Amino acid sequence: MSLLKVENLYFSYGKNKVLKGIDFTVYENKMVGIIGGNGSGKSTLLKNISGYLKPDSGSIFIKERNLGDFSIKEKARYIGYVPQEMPYDFEFSSYDVVMMGRMPFLKRFEQEGEEDEKIVREAMEITNTWKFKDKSINALSGGERQRVYIARALAQQAQILLMDEPVSHLDIRYQVEILSLVKELTLKGILVIVVLHDINLASQFCDEIFIMKEGRIMAAGSPKRVLKADKIKAAFDLDVELIHNPVSHIPYVVPTLKKMREFKVI
Amino acid sequence: MAKLRRSMFFTLAILALIFTALISISLGAVKIPLEEIIAVFTGSGGGTNRTIIFNLRLPRVLASALVGLGLSVVGTFFQGLLRNPMADPYVLGISSGAAFGATLAIILGLGLFGLSFAAFVSSLLVVFFVYIISRSGRKISMNTMLLAGIAISAFISALISLLMLLNHEEFNRIIFWTMGGFNITSWNTIAFSAPIILIGSSIMYVFSRDLNVILTGEETAEHLGVNTELVKRIILILGSLVTATCVSIGGIIGFVGLIIPHISRLVVGPDNRILLPFSGLVGATFLIFADTLARFLLRPTEIPIGIITASFGGPFFLYLLIRNKRNKEGM
Repeated sequence: MSLLKVENLYFSYGKNKVLKGIDFTVYENKMVGIIGGNGSGKSTLLKNISGYLKPDSGSIFIKERNLGDFSIKEKARYIGYVPQEMPYDFEFSSYDVVMMGRMPFLKRFEQEGEEDEKIVREAMEITNTWKFKDKSINALSGGERQRVYIARALAQQAQILLMDEPVSHLDIRYQVEILSLVKELTLKGILVIVVLHDINLASQFCDEIFIMKEGRIMAAGSPKRVLKADKIKAAFDLDVELIHNPVSHIPYVVPTLKKMREFKVI
Repeated sequence: MAKLRRSMFFTLAILALIFTALISISLGAVKIPLEEIIAVFTGSGGGTNRTIIFNLRLPRVLASALVGLGLSVVGTFFQGLLRNPMADPYVLGISSGAAFGATLAIILGLGLFGLSFAAFVSSLLVVFFVYIISRSGRKISMNTMLLAGIAISAFISALISLLMLLNHEEFNRIIFWTMGGFNITSWNTIAFSAPIILIGSSIMYVFSRDLNVILTGEETAEHLGVNTELVKRIILILGSLVTATCVSIGGIIGFVGLIIPHISRLVVGPDNRILLPFSGLVGATFLIFADTLARFLLRPTEIPIGIITASFGGPFFLYLLIRNKRNKEGM
């Protein structure tokens, strides 16, 4: 049975066609990285999969059930979404924010019960956020806050975790920390789809990489297979050199430096 | 522990409300001592005091409490929904719409009921117009709503000024009405407004958990299973209805719907399930208090209640701004 299947997906913002025929199927829990230039449709694809945006045509199936047949609440029991790290202007404690992940399971007048508290605690322990449960979400560092949002997705008991550039604003230590945590989650039975800017982070952590260009998936497969100089040149319009990493055997992408005279500075 | 603190705050707020209401009933041209008030309520009090309390003071206290509650609840909701600390119940153009209707009613010489009705209807028309402008497809843009509200308020204010210029003999009445007051409340106004304000606020309260999540971002809320568009629509409609009702009975009373939610948030925190009822209680208390001052300070002349609330609200708002600035600089 396929976990996630996207079929001939088209989407446009008004007249601006953003997704032009996306097709892919994922059968097992793993970490899928989406890379591609700005405006290639990465985030839009993610928001279509989450059901936040409605496709113009084509379908998305979660466990072979059409996403269009899910209610908003049902969707939230399958799909967790971790937004880009950004500052917020409210004073909820980390615990309150993670508890919000239980929303899809509560009836309108139902109070959060012991079961919910247990699940929230577990989610916070896995993400190592329990120690600042009473701290305001505003008082946390970027990396800590991102972990709280991952904990919320876990409290949602999501089977598919979508992350839109979750580490773009974090320093290198937090980038690795967050992605390692997410990678671990795939082993616990969660499918992770993550949009990343950094090709090398994607190749290090992801089992599969989609390269997007102009609303289509240009190449898909394991990092070793997909990361080729010609493909990256096509997607990003950038000359790169691939260096063999002797430890991980994963290709490391380095941009070719442009020669001075191309910029006409002198 | 948190629960204990919470119930303590609520107990204090309810006590303050009762206390303020009793003082407000007691004070006035004729001072009625507390024992007399209790006697009247238990059914054994004297005739004159009975008339004063039931015909004059009690409706006034109830009306100001209702309006205070309504404006504070709507203010809390709009601040959350628009995710803007400057938002208040009037931000979508309700106040200017109401003022326009009231101005027309005064110029046309309609009676008291006509005035309330015109204010009520025209405020709803303005909000509806703002709503139509801000809708694109099935989504409403909150930012567009805010800006459209401001733009239309400015435009209508210009119209009102023009109308006042052309009819300067009514100048005083218009100004007086726009600054708000409860000097003309009767049991009829309460019978009309109480159900709308109380039921409207209660239905909004049902969505307080959804509002918590919307505060963390509309998109995030949708991903947590909240039907944000539906919630937005319900709150906008009910909030506008409650505000229009408040304005039609008390005029445009500024700052209540802005500062009470902020003060309440400082006391009980951001969780709307607790914040909303608390805010309502504090708002009711504050407006009874303000109305008492309005009657009492320059006896026998009555000060428009808007002057009282703004003279409390203005400085407090400056304090909030300065505190905010300090916090940012401290970081």
